[in-house]
Amino acid sequence: MLDFCGIALEHPIINGSGTFDAIAARRAFGDALLESFPFAAFVTKTVTVAPREGNPPPRLWEVAGGLINSIGLPNKGLHGFLAEDLPELAELPVPLIVNVMGFSRDEVAELVDAFTERDEVAALELNVSCPNVETGLVMGADPGEVAALLERVTPLTGKPLIVKLTPNAGDVPAVARAAEAAGASALSLINTLRGMALDPGTGQPWLGATTGGVSGPAVRAIALAQVYAVARAVEIPIVGMGGVQTPTDALNLLRAGADLVAVGTESFRDPAAGRRVAEGLGTIVANRT
Amino acid sequence: MTDERTLAPFGRRAAAVTWRARYGAYVVLGCADTGGPRPQAGQFYMLSAAERWGGGEGERPFLPRAFSVLRAPAGSPELEFLVEDVGPGTKRLAELREGDEVLLTGPLGVGFTPPRETRRPLLVGGGVGIAPLAILQDQLFPNAVPLLGFRDGAHAAGAELLIGARIATDDGSAGHHGLVSELLEAELARDSDVEVYACGPPAMLEAVRRECERRGVPAQLALESGMACGFGACFGCVVATRGGYLRLCLEGPVIDANQLAEVSAPEKQPAGATPANR
Repeated sequence: MLDFCGIALEHPIINGSGTFDAIAARRAFGDALLESFPFAAFVTKTVTVAPREGNPPPRLWEVAGGLINSIGLPNKGLHGFLAEDLPELAELPVPLIVNVMGFSRDEVAELVDAFTERDEVAALELNVSCPNVETGLVMGADPGEVAALLERVTPLTGKPLIVKLTPNAGDVPAVARAAEAAGASALSLINTLRGMALDPGTGQPWLGATTGGVSGPAVRAIALAQVYAVARAVEIPIVGMGGVQTPTDALNLLRAGADLVAVGTESFRDPAAGRRVAEGLGTIVANRT
Repeated sequence: MTDERTLAPFGRRAAAVTWRARYGAYVVLGCADTGGPRPQAGQFYMLSAAERWGGGEGERPFLPRAFSVLRAPAGSPELEFLVEDVGPGTKRLAELREGDEVLLTGPLGVGFTPPRETRRPLLVGGGVGIAPLAILQDQLFPNAVPLLGFRDGAHAAGAELLIGARIATDDGSAGHHGLVSELLEAELARDSDVEVYACGPPAMLEAVRRECERRGVPAQLALESGMACGFGACFGCVVATRGGYLRLCLEGPVIDANQLAEVSAPEKQPAGATPANR
Protein backbone atom coordinates (compact mmCIF):
# COMPACT_ATOMS: atom_id res chain seq x y z
CA MET A 1 0.00 0.00 0.00
CA LEU A 2 1.14 3.53 -0.66
CA ASP A 3 0.00 6.72 0.98
CA PHE A 4 -1.34 9.67 -0.97
CA CYS A 5 -2.48 12.59 1.18
CA GLY A 6 -3.41 10.12 3.91
CA ILE A 7 -5.35 7.85 1.54
CA ALA A 8 -4.11 4.24 1.29
CA LEU A 9 -3.83 3.09 -2.33
CA GLU A 10 -2.96 -0.36 -3.64
CA HIS A 11 -0.87 0.95 -6.55
CA PRO A 12 -0.02 4.30 -8.11
CA ILE A 13 -2.39 4.18 -11.13
CA ILE A 14 -5.65 6.11 -11.09
CA ASN A 15 -7.85 7.53 -13.88
CA GLY A 16 -7.95 11.01 -15.29
CA SER A 17 -11.22 12.82 -14.58
CA GLY A 18 -13.73 12.43 -17.39
CA THR A 19 -12.02 9.48 -19.06
CA PHE A 20 -13.84 6.63 -17.34
CA ASP A 21 -17.45 6.45 -16.19
CA ALA A 22 -17.57 3.63 -13.65
CA ILE A 23 -21.38 3.60 -13.57
CA ALA A 24 -21.65 3.29 -17.36
CA ALA A 25 -18.83 0.73 -17.45
CA ARG A 26 -20.69 -1.40 -14.92
CA ARG A 27 -23.70 -1.40 -17.24
CA ALA A 28 -21.51 -2.56 -20.13
CA PHE A 29 -19.30 -5.06 -18.30
CA GLY A 30 -21.30 -6.00 -15.21
CA ASP A 31 -19.69 -6.80 -11.87
CA ALA A 32 -16.58 -8.09 -13.63
CA LEU A 33 -15.59 -4.41 -13.56
CA LEU A 34 -15.55 -4.40 -9.76
CA GLU A 35 -13.66 -7.69 -9.54
CA SER A 36 -10.76 -6.34 -11.56
CA PHE A 37 -11.18 -2.60 -11.12
CA PRO A 38 -8.41 -0.95 -13.15
CA PHE A 39 -7.60 1.98 -10.86
CA ALA A 40 -6.33 2.37 -7.28
CA ALA A 41 -8.71 5.29 -6.77
CA PHE A 42 -11.58 6.51 -8.90
CA VAL A 43 -11.80 10.13 -10.00
CA THR A 44 -15.27 11.24 -11.11
CA LYS A 45 -16.17 13.31 -14.11
CA THR A 46 -16.48 16.99 -13.18
CA VAL A 47 -19.50 17.86 -11.02
CA THR A 48 -20.91 21.40 -11.27
CA VAL A 49 -23.58 23.03 -9.10
CA ALA A 50 -26.20 23.12 -11.87
CA PRO A 51 -26.86 20.23 -14.28
CA ARG A 52 -25.22 20.59 -17.69
CA GLU A 53 -26.20 18.92 -20.94
CA GLY A 54 -22.77 19.43 -22.51
CA ASN A 55 -21.67 20.79 -25.86
CA PRO A 56 -23.49 20.18 -29.15
CA PRO A 57 -22.03 17.34 -31.23
CA PRO A 58 -19.80 16.59 -32.97
CA ARG A 59 -17.63 16.29 -29.89
CA LEU A 60 -14.68 14.24 -31.13
CA TRP A 61 -11.94 14.46 -33.74
CA GLU A 62 -9.14 11.94 -34.06
CA VAL A 63 -5.67 13.41 -34.58
CA ALA A 64 -2.29 11.76 -35.08
CA GLY A 65 -1.69 9.93 -31.80
CA GLY A 66 -4.72 11.19 -29.95
CA LEU A 67 -7.99 13.01 -30.13
CA ILE A 68 -9.59 16.39 -29.59
CA ASN A 69 -12.71 16.41 -27.46
CA SER A 70 -15.20 19.15 -26.71
CA ILE A 71 -17.61 17.40 -24.36
CA GLY A 72 -18.57 20.42 -22.26
CA LEU A 73 -18.78 18.81 -18.79
CA PRO A 74 -22.22 17.17 -19.02
CA ASN A 75 -23.30 16.11 -15.52
CA LYS A 76 -26.38 15.85 -13.34
CA GLY A 77 -25.43 18.78 -11.14
CA LEU A 78 -24.61 18.61 -7.43
CA HIS A 79 -28.00 17.42 -6.23
CA GLY A 80 -28.44 14.87 -9.02
CA PHE A 81 -24.94 13.55 -8.38
CA LEU A 82 -25.52 13.22 -4.65
CA ALA A 83 -28.86 11.48 -5.11
CA GLU A 84 -28.13 9.20 -8.08
CA ASP A 85 -24.41 8.77 -8.70
CA LEU A 86 -22.72 8.91 -5.30
CA PRO A 87 -24.51 5.82 -3.90
CA GLU A 88 -23.41 3.79 -6.94
CA LEU A 89 -19.86 5.11 -6.84
CA ALA A 90 -19.65 4.26 -3.14
CA GLU A 91 -19.88 0.58 -4.20
CA LEU A 92 -16.55 0.77 -6.01
CA PRO A 93 -13.76 -1.18 -4.32
CA VAL A 94 -11.41 1.86 -4.25
CA PRO A 95 -11.33 5.34 -2.68
CA LEU A 96 -13.42 7.99 -4.42
CA ILE A 97 -12.07 11.36 -5.54
CA VAL A 98 -14.75 13.80 -6.67
CA ASN A 99 -13.77 16.36 -9.30
CA VAL A 100 -15.65 19.66 -8.99
CA MET A 101 -15.80 22.89 -10.93
CA GLY A 102 -17.55 26.16 -10.21
CA PHE A 103 -18.04 29.25 -12.28
CA SER A 104 -17.31 31.42 -9.23
CA ARG A 105 -15.51 31.01 -5.90
CA ASP A 106 -18.93 30.81 -4.22
CA GLU A 107 -19.91 27.88 -6.43
CA VAL A 108 -16.66 26.03 -5.72
CA ALA A 109 -17.21 26.68 -2.01
CA GLU A 110 -20.74 25.23 -2.25
CA LEU A 111 -19.40 22.08 -3.90
CA VAL A 112 -16.52 21.67 -1.44
CA ASP A 113 -18.91 22.17 1.46
CA ALA A 114 -21.37 19.60 0.16
CA PHE A 115 -18.77 16.88 -0.41
CA THR A 116 -16.93 17.54 2.82
CA GLU A 117 -19.98 16.14 4.62
CA ARG A 118 -19.90 12.87 2.67
CA ASP A 119 -17.88 10.00 4.15
CA GLU A 120 -17.92 8.21 0.76
CA VAL A 121 -15.60 10.90 -0.62
CA ALA A 122 -11.88 10.49 0.14
CA ALA A 123 -10.64 13.64 -1.59
CA LEU A 124 -11.67 16.47 -3.88
CA GLU A 125 -10.08 17.55 -7.12
CA LEU A 126 -10.65 21.14 -8.25
CA ASN A 127 -11.04 21.56 -11.98
CA VAL A 128 -9.63 25.02 -12.64
CA SER A 129 -8.40 24.06 -16.07
CA CYS A 130 -11.02 22.75 -18.43
CA PRO A 131 -10.38 24.50 -21.73
CA ASN A 132 -13.92 23.80 -22.97
CA VAL A 133 -15.57 26.28 -20.65
CA GLU A 134 -14.44 29.86 -20.82
CA THR A 135 -14.14 30.61 -17.13
CA GLY A 136 -12.18 27.42 -16.43
CA LEU A 137 -9.23 28.94 -18.22
CA VAL A 138 -9.28 32.08 -16.10
CA MET A 139 -9.03 30.48 -12.64
CA GLY A 140 -6.29 28.05 -13.51
CA ALA A 141 -4.19 30.26 -15.73
CA ASP A 142 -3.36 32.90 -13.13
CA PRO A 143 -1.46 32.38 -9.83
CA GLY A 144 -3.45 35.09 -8.05
CA GLU A 145 -6.80 33.59 -9.08
CA VAL A 146 -5.79 30.13 -7.91
CA ALA A 147 -4.51 31.49 -4.59
CA ALA A 148 -7.73 33.45 -3.99
CA LEU A 149 -9.85 30.39 -4.77
CA LEU A 150 -7.91 28.14 -2.40
CA GLU A 151 -7.88 30.71 0.38
CA ARG A 152 -11.67 30.68 0.10
CA VAL A 153 -12.22 26.90 0.06
CA THR A 154 -9.41 25.27 2.09
CA PRO A 155 -10.89 26.40 5.44
CA LEU A 156 -14.15 24.62 4.50
CA THR A 157 -12.82 21.09 4.38
CA GLY A 158 -10.61 18.57 6.11
CA LYS A 159 -10.44 16.46 2.98
CA PRO A 160 -7.40 16.58 0.68
CA LEU A 161 -7.79 19.17 -2.07
CA ILE A 162 -6.08 18.32 -5.34
CA VAL A 163 -5.75 21.19 -7.80
CA LYS A 164 -5.81 20.09 -11.43
CA LEU A 165 -3.55 22.43 -13.32
CA THR A 166 -4.14 23.56 -16.87
CA PRO A 167 -1.29 23.37 -19.37
CA ASN A 168 -2.84 26.38 -21.12
CA ALA A 169 -1.12 28.81 -18.74
CA GLY A 170 1.84 31.10 -19.25
CA ASP A 171 3.81 29.90 -16.22
CA VAL A 172 2.55 26.57 -14.90
CA PRO A 173 5.15 26.24 -12.08
CA ALA A 174 4.11 29.71 -10.82
CA VAL A 175 0.47 28.59 -10.64
CA ALA A 176 1.64 25.41 -8.89
CA ARG A 177 3.60 27.39 -6.27
CA ALA A 178 0.61 29.67 -5.68
CA ALA A 179 -1.66 26.66 -5.14
CA GLU A 180 0.78 25.09 -2.70
CA ALA A 181 1.21 28.31 -0.74
CA ALA A 182 -2.57 28.74 -0.49
CA GLY A 183 -3.08 25.29 0.99
CA ALA A 184 -3.51 22.78 -1.84
CA SER A 185 -2.84 19.21 -0.67
CA ALA A 186 -1.70 17.96 -4.07
CA LEU A 187 -1.54 18.90 -7.74
CA SER A 188 -2.62 16.98 -10.82
CA LEU A 189 -1.47 17.67 -14.36
CA ILE A 190 -1.75 17.95 -17.28
CA ASN A 191 -5.28 18.65 -18.42
CA THR A 192 -5.93 18.70 -22.16
CA LEU A 193 -4.27 21.24 -24.42
CA ARG A 194 -6.56 23.53 -26.37
CA GLY A 195 -6.78 22.53 -30.02
CA MET A 196 -9.11 22.51 -33.00
CA ALA A 197 -9.89 20.76 -36.25
CA LEU A 198 -11.44 22.05 -39.46
CA ASP A 199 -14.11 20.24 -41.42
CA PRO A 200 -12.22 19.18 -44.57
CA GLY A 201 -15.31 19.78 -46.69
CA THR A 202 -16.28 23.27 -45.53
CA GLY A 203 -13.15 24.63 -43.87
CA GLN A 204 -15.23 25.55 -40.83
CA PRO A 205 -14.54 24.32 -37.27
CA TRP A 206 -15.49 20.65 -36.97
CA LEU A 207 -16.30 20.54 -33.27
CA GLY A 208 -19.65 21.82 -32.08
CA ALA A 209 -17.89 24.05 -29.55
CA THR A 210 -15.26 25.28 -32.10
CA THR A 211 -12.24 24.25 -30.02
CA GLY A 212 -11.56 21.29 -27.77
CA GLY A 213 -8.87 19.63 -25.70
CA VAL A 214 -6.11 17.48 -27.18
CA SER A 215 -5.19 14.30 -25.30
CA GLY A 216 -3.45 11.00 -25.93
CA PRO A 217 0.14 10.12 -26.80
CA ALA A 218 0.33 13.34 -28.84
CA VAL A 219 0.68 15.28 -25.54
CA ARG A 220 2.93 12.84 -23.65
CA ALA A 221 6.16 14.78 -24.08
CA ILE A 222 4.49 18.00 -22.96
CA ALA A 223 3.09 16.27 -19.88
CA LEU A 224 6.51 14.93 -18.98
CA ALA A 225 8.08 18.39 -19.23
CA GLN A 226 5.36 20.06 -17.16
CA VAL A 227 5.37 17.39 -14.44
CA TYR A 228 9.16 17.66 -14.27
CA ALA A 229 9.02 21.45 -13.94
CA VAL A 230 6.21 21.46 -11.36
CA ALA A 231 7.88 18.74 -9.28
CA ARG A 232 10.88 21.03 -8.94
CA ALA A 233 8.69 23.96 -7.90
CA VAL A 234 6.63 22.38 -5.09
CA GLU A 235 6.87 19.89 -2.20
CA ILE A 236 3.26 18.58 -2.27
CA PRO A 237 2.38 15.32 -4.07
CA ILE A 238 1.74 15.27 -7.80
CA VAL A 239 -0.59 13.18 -9.97
CA GLY A 240 1.03 13.05 -13.40
CA MET A 241 -0.91 12.33 -16.56
CA GLY A 242 -0.83 12.84 -20.30
CA GLY A 243 -0.66 10.20 -23.01
CA VAL A 244 0.15 7.24 -20.77
CA GLN A 245 -0.27 4.02 -22.74
CA THR A 246 2.36 1.70 -21.28
CA PRO A 247 4.01 0.90 -17.93
CA THR A 248 7.12 2.68 -19.22
CA ASP A 249 5.15 5.87 -19.85
CA ALA A 250 3.91 5.71 -16.24
CA LEU A 251 7.41 5.02 -14.94
CA ASN A 252 8.71 8.07 -16.79
CA LEU A 253 6.16 10.36 -15.11
CA LEU A 254 7.10 8.89 -11.72
CA ARG A 255 10.78 9.50 -12.51
CA ALA A 256 9.92 13.08 -13.49
CA GLY A 257 8.49 13.64 -10.03
CA ALA A 258 4.92 12.35 -9.98
CA ASP A 259 3.66 10.36 -6.98
CA LEU A 260 0.66 8.87 -8.79
CA VAL A 261 -0.01 8.48 -12.50
CA ALA A 262 -3.40 8.78 -14.18
CA VAL A 263 -4.44 6.87 -17.31
CA GLY A 264 -6.93 8.74 -19.46
CA THR A 265 -7.42 8.49 -23.20
CA GLU A 266 -5.86 5.01 -23.33
CA SER A 267 -8.90 3.69 -21.45
CA PHE A 268 -10.99 4.62 -24.51
CA ARG A 269 -8.91 2.17 -26.56
CA ASP A 270 -8.73 -0.49 -23.88
CA PRO A 271 -11.16 -0.32 -20.93
CA ALA A 272 -8.70 -2.33 -18.81
CA ALA A 273 -5.69 -0.17 -19.70
CA GLY A 274 -5.28 1.03 -16.10
CA ARG A 275 -4.89 -2.48 -14.81
CA ARG A 276 -2.45 -3.37 -17.60
CA VAL A 277 -0.31 -0.32 -16.80
CA ALA A 278 -0.45 -0.96 -13.03
CA GLU A 279 0.54 -4.61 -13.38
CA GLY A 280 3.34 -3.84 -15.80
CA LEU A 281 4.65 -1.08 -13.58
CA GLY A 282 4.59 -3.45 -10.61
CA THR A 283 6.68 -5.94 -12.56
CA ILE A 284 9.23 -3.29 -13.55
CA VAL A 285 9.57 -2.07 -9.96
CA ALA A 286 9.81 -5.63 -8.59
CA ASN A 287 12.57 -6.51 -11.02
CA ARG A 288 14.64 -3.54 -9.97
CA THR A 289 14.52 -4.22 -6.22
CA MET B 1 -35.30 -0.56 -25.49
CA THR B 2 -35.06 -2.97 -22.56
CA ASP B 3 -31.78 -3.27 -20.73
CA GLU B 4 -31.30 -6.99 -21.19
CA ARG B 5 -28.07 -6.50 -23.05
CA THR B 6 -25.51 -9.25 -23.28
CA LEU B 7 -22.58 -8.04 -21.17
CA ALA B 8 -19.08 -7.70 -22.54
CA PRO B 9 -16.10 -9.25 -20.77
CA PHE B 10 -14.15 -6.41 -19.15
CA GLY B 11 -11.31 -5.20 -21.33
CA ARG B 12 -10.04 -5.60 -24.85
CA ARG B 13 -9.14 -9.03 -26.24
CA ALA B 14 -7.45 -10.39 -29.33
CA ALA B 15 -9.29 -12.42 -31.96
CA ALA B 16 -7.71 -14.05 -35.01
CA VAL B 17 -9.05 -13.20 -38.44
CA THR B 18 -10.14 -16.56 -39.85
CA TRP B 19 -11.42 -15.50 -43.23
CA ARG B 20 -12.01 -12.49 -45.42
CA ALA B 21 -14.33 -12.10 -48.38
CA ARG B 22 -15.05 -9.24 -50.75
CA TYR B 23 -18.62 -8.27 -51.63
CA GLY B 24 -18.27 -5.50 -54.20
CA ALA B 25 -17.28 -2.35 -52.29
CA TYR B 26 -17.33 -4.17 -48.96
CA VAL B 27 -15.09 -6.56 -47.09
CA VAL B 28 -16.44 -9.11 -44.63
CA LEU B 29 -14.02 -10.10 -41.88
CA GLY B 30 -14.63 -13.32 -40.00
CA CYS B 31 -12.79 -13.70 -36.71
CA ALA B 32 -12.69 -16.28 -33.93
CA ASP B 33 -13.74 -14.65 -30.68
CA THR B 34 -13.14 -17.44 -28.19
CA GLY B 35 -13.19 -15.05 -25.22
CA GLY B 36 -16.64 -13.52 -25.45
CA PRO B 37 -20.35 -14.35 -25.31
CA ARG B 38 -22.60 -14.51 -28.37
CA PRO B 39 -23.98 -11.01 -29.08
CA GLN B 40 -27.58 -10.00 -29.61
CA ALA B 41 -28.68 -8.65 -32.98
CA GLY B 42 -27.94 -4.94 -33.06
CA GLN B 43 -25.14 -4.99 -30.51
CA PHE B 44 -21.74 -3.74 -31.59
CA TYR B 45 -18.01 -4.15 -30.98
CA MET B 46 -15.11 -1.70 -30.86
CA LEU B 47 -12.50 -2.99 -33.31
CA SER B 48 -8.90 -2.19 -34.09
CA ALA B 49 -6.08 -4.02 -35.80
CA ALA B 50 -3.53 -5.54 -33.42
CA GLU B 51 -0.69 -4.20 -35.56
CA ARG B 52 -0.17 -0.73 -37.03
CA TRP B 53 -2.93 0.99 -35.09
CA GLY B 54 -1.89 3.96 -32.99
CA GLY B 55 1.48 2.41 -32.27
CA GLY B 56 4.87 3.97 -31.93
CA GLU B 57 4.50 6.03 -35.07
CA GLY B 58 1.60 7.94 -33.58
CA GLU B 59 -0.35 8.03 -36.84
CA ARG B 60 -4.05 7.59 -37.39
CA PRO B 61 -5.90 5.35 -36.83
CA PHE B 62 -5.66 5.73 -33.07
CA LEU B 63 -9.11 5.03 -31.64
CA PRO B 64 -10.97 1.74 -32.17
CA ARG B 65 -13.95 1.86 -34.54
CA ALA B 66 -17.50 0.78 -33.70
CA PHE B 67 -19.08 -1.98 -35.83
CA SER B 68 -22.48 -3.56 -35.41
CA VAL B 69 -21.96 -7.27 -35.71
CA LEU B 70 -22.94 -8.66 -39.14
CA ARG B 71 -23.27 -12.29 -38.10
CA ALA B 72 -22.53 -14.41 -35.05
CA PRO B 73 -23.31 -18.02 -35.97
CA ALA B 74 -24.65 -20.04 -33.03
CA GLY B 75 -22.41 -22.76 -31.65
CA SER B 76 -19.25 -21.15 -32.98
CA PRO B 77 -16.85 -18.48 -31.72
CA GLU B 78 -17.11 -16.69 -35.04
CA LEU B 79 -18.02 -13.03 -35.37
CA GLU B 80 -18.40 -11.35 -38.75
CA PHE B 81 -18.07 -7.64 -39.45
CA LEU B 82 -18.86 -5.61 -42.57
CA VAL B 83 -16.20 -3.07 -43.46
CA GLU B 84 -16.17 -0.34 -46.09
CA ASP B 85 -12.87 1.47 -46.65
CA VAL B 86 -13.82 5.11 -46.10
CA GLY B 87 -11.06 6.37 -43.77
CA PRO B 88 -7.80 5.39 -42.08
CA GLY B 89 -9.40 3.01 -39.58
CA THR B 90 -11.68 1.20 -41.99
CA LYS B 91 -8.85 1.06 -44.54
CA ARG B 92 -6.57 -0.71 -42.06
CA LEU B 93 -9.30 -3.18 -41.06
CA ALA B 94 -10.24 -3.85 -44.68
CA GLU B 95 -6.68 -4.88 -45.53
CA LEU B 96 -6.44 -7.51 -42.76
CA ARG B 97 -5.89 -11.08 -43.90
CA GLU B 98 -6.38 -14.54 -42.45
CA GLY B 99 -3.98 -15.00 -39.55
CA ASP B 100 -3.89 -11.30 -38.63
CA GLU B 101 -5.38 -10.26 -35.33
CA VAL B 102 -8.01 -7.74 -34.32
CA LEU B 103 -8.47 -6.33 -30.84
CA LEU B 104 -12.08 -6.08 -29.81
CA THR B 105 -14.26 -5.01 -26.92
CA GLY B 106 -17.85 -6.16 -26.83
CA PRO B 107 -20.63 -6.97 -27.30
CA LEU B 108 -21.68 -3.44 -26.37
CA GLY B 109 -24.89 -1.47 -26.35
CA VAL B 110 -28.48 -2.62 -26.64
CA GLY B 111 -29.83 -4.43 -29.68
CA PHE B 112 -33.17 -4.89 -31.37
CA THR B 113 -36.25 -6.18 -29.56
CA PRO B 114 -39.17 -8.27 -30.92
CA PRO B 115 -42.05 -6.45 -32.65
CA ARG B 116 -44.96 -5.04 -30.70
CA GLU B 117 -48.34 -6.80 -30.84
CA THR B 118 -48.73 -8.97 -33.94
CA ARG B 119 -46.73 -6.75 -36.23
CA ARG B 120 -44.66 -8.24 -39.03
CA PRO B 121 -40.97 -7.21 -39.03
CA LEU B 122 -39.82 -5.14 -42.00
CA LEU B 123 -36.08 -4.62 -42.42
CA VAL B 124 -34.71 -1.50 -44.10
CA GLY B 125 -30.99 -0.96 -44.66
CA GLY B 126 -28.70 1.45 -46.43
CA GLY B 127 -25.06 0.97 -47.42
CA VAL B 128 -22.80 -0.51 -44.77
CA GLY B 129 -25.79 -0.14 -42.42
CA ILE B 130 -27.19 -3.41 -43.73
CA ALA B 131 -24.86 -5.22 -41.29
CA PRO B 132 -27.09 -5.57 -38.20
CA LEU B 133 -30.02 -6.67 -40.40
CA ALA B 134 -28.17 -9.87 -41.35
CA ILE B 135 -27.83 -11.05 -37.74
CA LEU B 136 -31.39 -9.89 -37.16
CA GLN B 137 -32.53 -12.14 -40.00
CA ASP B 138 -30.42 -15.01 -38.61
CA GLN B 139 -31.57 -14.68 -35.00
CA LEU B 140 -35.14 -13.43 -35.11
CA PHE B 141 -36.72 -13.01 -38.52
CA PRO B 142 -35.65 -15.64 -41.06
CA ASN B 143 -38.63 -14.85 -43.29
CA ALA B 144 -38.49 -11.05 -43.23
CA VAL B 145 -37.87 -9.41 -46.60
CA PRO B 146 -35.17 -6.72 -46.35
CA LEU B 147 -35.40 -3.53 -48.37
CA LEU B 148 -31.86 -2.36 -49.07
CA GLY B 149 -30.52 0.83 -50.63
CA PHE B 150 -27.07 1.37 -52.12
CA ARG B 151 -25.16 4.05 -53.98
CA ASP B 152 -24.36 1.88 -57.02
CA GLY B 153 -23.93 -1.64 -58.30
CA ALA B 154 -20.57 -2.19 -56.58
CA HIS B 155 -22.16 -1.48 -53.22
CA ALA B 156 -25.33 -3.41 -54.07
CA ALA B 157 -23.19 -6.57 -54.06
CA GLY B 158 -23.58 -6.36 -50.29
CA ALA B 159 -27.22 -7.41 -50.69
CA GLU B 160 -25.99 -11.01 -51.13
CA LEU B 161 -25.31 -11.00 -47.38
CA LEU B 162 -29.05 -11.07 -46.67
CA ILE B 163 -31.72 -13.45 -47.85
CA GLY B 164 -34.36 -12.33 -50.34
CA ALA B 165 -33.46 -8.64 -50.38
CA ARG B 166 -35.22 -6.09 -52.58
CA ILE B 167 -32.78 -3.45 -53.77
CA ALA B 168 -32.75 0.22 -54.69
CA THR B 169 -29.70 2.03 -56.08
CA ASP B 170 -29.08 5.75 -56.46
CA ASP B 171 -27.75 5.27 -60.01
CA GLY B 172 -30.26 2.62 -61.10
CA SER B 173 -27.56 0.04 -61.80
CA ALA B 174 -29.39 -2.57 -59.72
CA GLY B 175 -33.02 -2.92 -58.64
CA HIS B 176 -35.24 0.12 -58.19
CA HIS B 177 -33.70 3.35 -59.52
CA GLY B 178 -34.10 5.61 -56.50
CA LEU B 179 -34.15 5.56 -52.73
CA VAL B 180 -34.87 2.65 -50.42
CA SER B 181 -37.29 4.94 -48.58
CA GLU B 182 -39.43 4.84 -51.76
CA LEU B 183 -39.55 1.04 -51.50
CA LEU B 184 -40.57 1.48 -47.86
CA GLU B 185 -43.36 3.91 -48.76
CA ALA B 186 -44.79 1.45 -51.28
CA GLU B 187 -44.53 -1.41 -48.80
CA LEU B 188 -46.24 0.54 -46.00
CA ALA B 189 -49.01 1.63 -48.39
CA ARG B 190 -49.65 -2.05 -49.09
CA ASP B 191 -49.50 -3.23 -45.45
CA SER B 192 -48.73 -1.04 -42.47
CA ASP B 193 -49.21 -3.73 -39.80
CA VAL B 194 -45.43 -3.90 -39.48
CA GLU B 195 -42.60 -2.83 -37.20
CA VAL B 196 -39.63 -1.36 -39.04
CA TYR B 197 -36.03 -2.28 -38.19
CA ALA B 198 -33.67 0.12 -39.93
CA CYS B 199 -29.98 0.96 -40.12
CA GLY B 200 -28.23 3.24 -42.57
CA PRO B 201 -26.95 6.77 -43.18
CA PRO B 202 -28.66 9.65 -41.34
CA ALA B 203 -30.60 10.95 -44.34
CA MET B 204 -32.05 7.50 -45.00
CA LEU B 205 -32.93 6.94 -41.35
CA GLU B 206 -34.61 10.32 -41.18
CA ALA B 207 -36.71 9.45 -44.26
CA VAL B 208 -37.62 6.12 -42.63
CA ARG B 209 -38.46 7.83 -39.35
CA ARG B 210 -40.71 10.41 -41.05
CA GLU B 211 -42.55 7.81 -43.11
CA CYS B 212 -43.12 5.58 -40.09
CA GLU B 213 -44.30 8.52 -38.02
CA ARG B 214 -46.73 9.55 -40.79
CA ARG B 215 -48.27 6.08 -40.86
CA GLY B 216 -48.13 5.40 -37.15
CA VAL B 217 -45.71 2.50 -37.65
CA PRO B 218 -43.26 1.74 -34.82
CA ALA B 219 -39.61 1.66 -35.79
CA GLN B 220 -36.33 0.64 -34.20
CA LEU B 221 -33.43 2.59 -35.67
CA ALA B 222 -29.78 1.54 -35.31
CA LEU B 223 -27.87 4.83 -35.41
CA GLU B 224 -24.22 5.63 -36.00
CA SER B 225 -22.09 8.19 -34.21
CA GLY B 226 -18.36 8.75 -33.83
CA MET B 227 -17.28 6.92 -30.67
CA ALA B 228 -13.96 7.01 -28.88
CA CYS B 229 -14.66 4.26 -26.33
CA GLY B 230 -17.99 2.44 -26.83
CA PHE B 231 -18.69 1.98 -23.09
CA GLY B 232 -19.91 5.35 -21.86
CA ALA B 233 -16.58 6.86 -20.82
CA CYS B 234 -15.97 9.59 -23.38
CA PHE B 235 -19.43 11.18 -23.79
CA GLY B 236 -18.46 11.81 -27.42
CA CYS B 237 -21.20 9.85 -29.19
CA VAL B 238 -24.25 11.70 -27.92
CA VAL B 239 -27.30 12.03 -30.16
CA ALA B 240 -30.06 14.57 -29.63
CA THR B 241 -33.35 12.96 -28.56
CA ARG B 242 -36.66 14.38 -27.33
CA GLY B 243 -35.31 13.82 -23.81
CA GLY B 244 -31.93 15.50 -24.38
CA TYR B 245 -28.58 14.01 -25.35
CA LEU B 246 -28.15 10.23 -25.04
CA ARG B 247 -24.88 8.36 -25.17
CA LEU B 248 -25.50 6.16 -28.20
CA CYS B 249 -23.01 3.51 -27.02
CA LEU B 250 -24.88 2.98 -23.77
CA GLU B 251 -28.56 3.73 -24.55
CA GLY B 252 -28.29 2.60 -28.20
CA PRO B 253 -27.18 1.99 -30.86
CA VAL B 254 -30.77 0.83 -31.40
CA ILE B 255 -33.14 3.67 -30.49
CA ASP B 256 -36.92 3.63 -30.68
CA ALA B 257 -37.89 6.09 -33.42
CA ASN B 258 -40.42 7.85 -31.22
CA GLN B 259 -37.56 9.02 -28.97
CA LEU B 260 -36.24 11.13 -31.85
CA ALA B 261 -37.62 14.42 -33.17
CA GLU B 262 -35.31 13.81 -36.11
CA VAL B 263 -32.26 11.79 -37.02
CA SER B 264 -29.51 14.38 -36.76
CA ALA B 265 -28.73 16.16 -39.98
CA PRO B 266 -25.83 14.77 -41.96
CA GLU B 267 -24.26 18.15 -42.76
CA LYS B 268 -21.23 17.12 -40.74
CA GLN B 269 -20.51 14.19 -43.02
CA PRO B 270 -18.97 15.87 -46.08
CA ALA B 271 -17.32 13.87 -48.83
CA GLY B 272 -13.66 13.48 -48.03
CA ALA B 273 -14.03 13.93 -44.29
CA THR B 274 -12.58 11.21 -42.13
CA PRO B 275 -13.95 11.88 -38.68
CA ALA B 276 -13.26 9.68 -35.69
CA ASN B 277 -15.59 6.89 -36.77
CA ARG B 278 -14.14 6.18 -40.21
